[in-house]
Amino acid sequence: MGFFLRRILSVFPVIAFTWTLVFAVMQMIPGDPVNLMLAGVPASEEVRQRERERLGLDRPVVERYVTFLARAAQGDLGDSFRSRRPVTEMIVEQMWPTIELALGGLVVGLTVGIVLGVLAGIRPNSWVDSLCMMLALTGVSLPSFWIGMMLIYIFGALLMWVPITGSGFDALILPSITVGLFIAGGFARLVRSSIIEVMGQDYIRTARAKGLPPAKIVLKHALRNAMIPPVTLLGIQFALLIGGAVVTENVFARPGLGTMLVDAVLTKDMPLVQALVVYKTAAYVIINVCIDLIYGAIDPRVRMERA
Amino acid sequence: MSGANALPTRRPAPRSPAARFLRRLFLHPGALAGTIVFSALVIAAIVAPFVAPYDWNETDVGMRLSAPSADHFFGTDLHGRDLFSRIIAGGRYSIALGIATVVLSVVVGGLIGIALAFAGGKVDAWGCRALDVLLGFPAIVLAIMIVSVLGVGLVNVVIAVAIAGVPRFARVVRGAALVVREQLYVEAARALGASDLRIMLRHLLPNVMPTVVVLATLDLGNAILSTATLSFLGLGAQPPTPEWGAMLSGGREYMRYAPWMMIFPGLALFLVVMSVNLIGDRLSQVLDPKAKDRT
Repeated sequence: MGFFLRRILSVFPVIAFTWTLVFAVMQMIPGDPVNLMLAGVPASEEVRQRERERLGLDRPVVERYVTFLARAAQGDLGDSFRSRRPVTEMIVEQMWPTIELALGGLVVGLTVGIVLGVLAGIRPNSWVDSLCMMLALTGVSLPSFWIGMMLIYIFGALLMWVPITGSGFDALILPSITVGLFIAGGFARLVRSSIIEVMGQDYIRTARAKGLPPAKIVLKHALRNAMIPPVTLLGIQFALLIGGAVVTENVFARPGLGTMLVDAVLTKDMPLVQALVVYKTAAYVIINVCIDLIYGAIDPRVRMERA
Repeated sequence: MSGANALPTRRPAPRSPAARFLRRLFLHPGALAGTIVFSALVIAAIVAPFVAPYDWNETDVGMRLSAPSADHFFGTDLHGRDLFSRIIAGGRYSIALGIATVVLSVVVGGLIGIALAFAGGKVDAWGCRALDVLLGFPAIVLAIMIVSVLGVGLVNVVIAVAIAGVPRFARVVRGAALVVREQLYVEAARALGASDLRIMLRHLLPNVMPTVVVLATLDLGNAILSTATLSFLGLGAQPPTPEWGAMLSGGREYMRYAPWMMIFPGLALFLVVMSVNLIGDRLSQVLDPKAKDRT
């Protein structure tokens, strides 16, 4: 267990490093946050100056950096420059729609990906393989903003089967398909190549020689051994989606952390950007730890190595 | 994968390895179709000014938002501009930008990945942590941050998407190289006293190459998509530039009245990316040393 504790503790230097990086990058973004906040609304120089003081923007960069780290260490991530609300509160509000979409997308993507990948991988070079890989390629090649718009147009505007916006389960279908189709291709390819490689191993030959039914060979012996690379991808995809699917959120006008981050970056809302970064980094590391646990569950060799 | 697929009667192999390679590459319906479509789009983009029925920026207010017809194959947009002419002209942006992006990120990311896998130990651990940090951001968000530093524009979008692609490459190549590093033949080479550099170049690189090629070709599609996405979000090409992502963005408001405004630019984008992916897919099969006996 020491291994996992170390992994979880290792999140702190990562966050510190990320913050420093993000802080530096944000300093490089041209434009004054106060002017960006006002967005062209006329205001006297005096008002602007007072606002800068309130936000601490009149202090030297180094001082701002240290203050920011010190406050963060006490668990205070600050208030948003724009909405003046605690950033943690804002993130928590938008977290659920984001997680919803991430899970929906992964369910669609993983299901489609594994089915296509296994079908293709057990009979490489057959017509089934070609067809499945064609479909997988199509998924990867579809621009998600385009397919999102097409889905809205066909199922929302023409057929009127599902609502275009909203927050119910129905409203989650099209966005999930949009996200899922894009990631399905990656899973399908990885599952396929992994299955092909595994099917060439000695233990599969042994299983065949024992006279096991083909379905059992594929599902029990091959798929399980073939799942390590796809599980890695699963972790990466989930960690990315948990940060918000910028384009899908944009196309479906869904609330979510992706849109929130883009807006925060574009308006130089530093506290919000930094809080989102903490959230993302922590989520990423935790998900990776979970993936390591899954490795252990799938492949006993990984457990042995660690012991 | 096994010998079961080997053809009993083989065609006599062409003389040079290059000819054999090209033959295997193109004697595949998918790759052939991909090559034809991709070439057609590239050629159309190059000769666009001479063959396009209209100038891509020529407005005709009387014909605004008109449906596809014999005069306007793909219909017209809000300003009555011919969409067909705009789309073939737009290939110049989308395709060229994608290629530039991939070259940048493959080289940088691949080298970092191999170096990390080979170095192992502390260097690898810290390197991976740094990659984790960067991967924690979706590539598109990373690209958006970089664009906001560099400023809106097409060249900046290329740089941003390329930098955003580096950690992805480095991470996957490192993973592949780690697997190779543990292989018996690498151990054997080491036991025989091969130097680090030799192991890296003679054993790691060739064995990681298929992964890099699959990634690079798949990433070309990805890069074209990402640059188009940034333009779609308003950070890259600006109107009236006939870049496909920007055109789609312009078309979304008129979806109900003029769906062709979003259907055709998206279709063009899809065709380019799909054809690139088809070529890349076949290329990876041909280059994969483990798949030598596949036809």
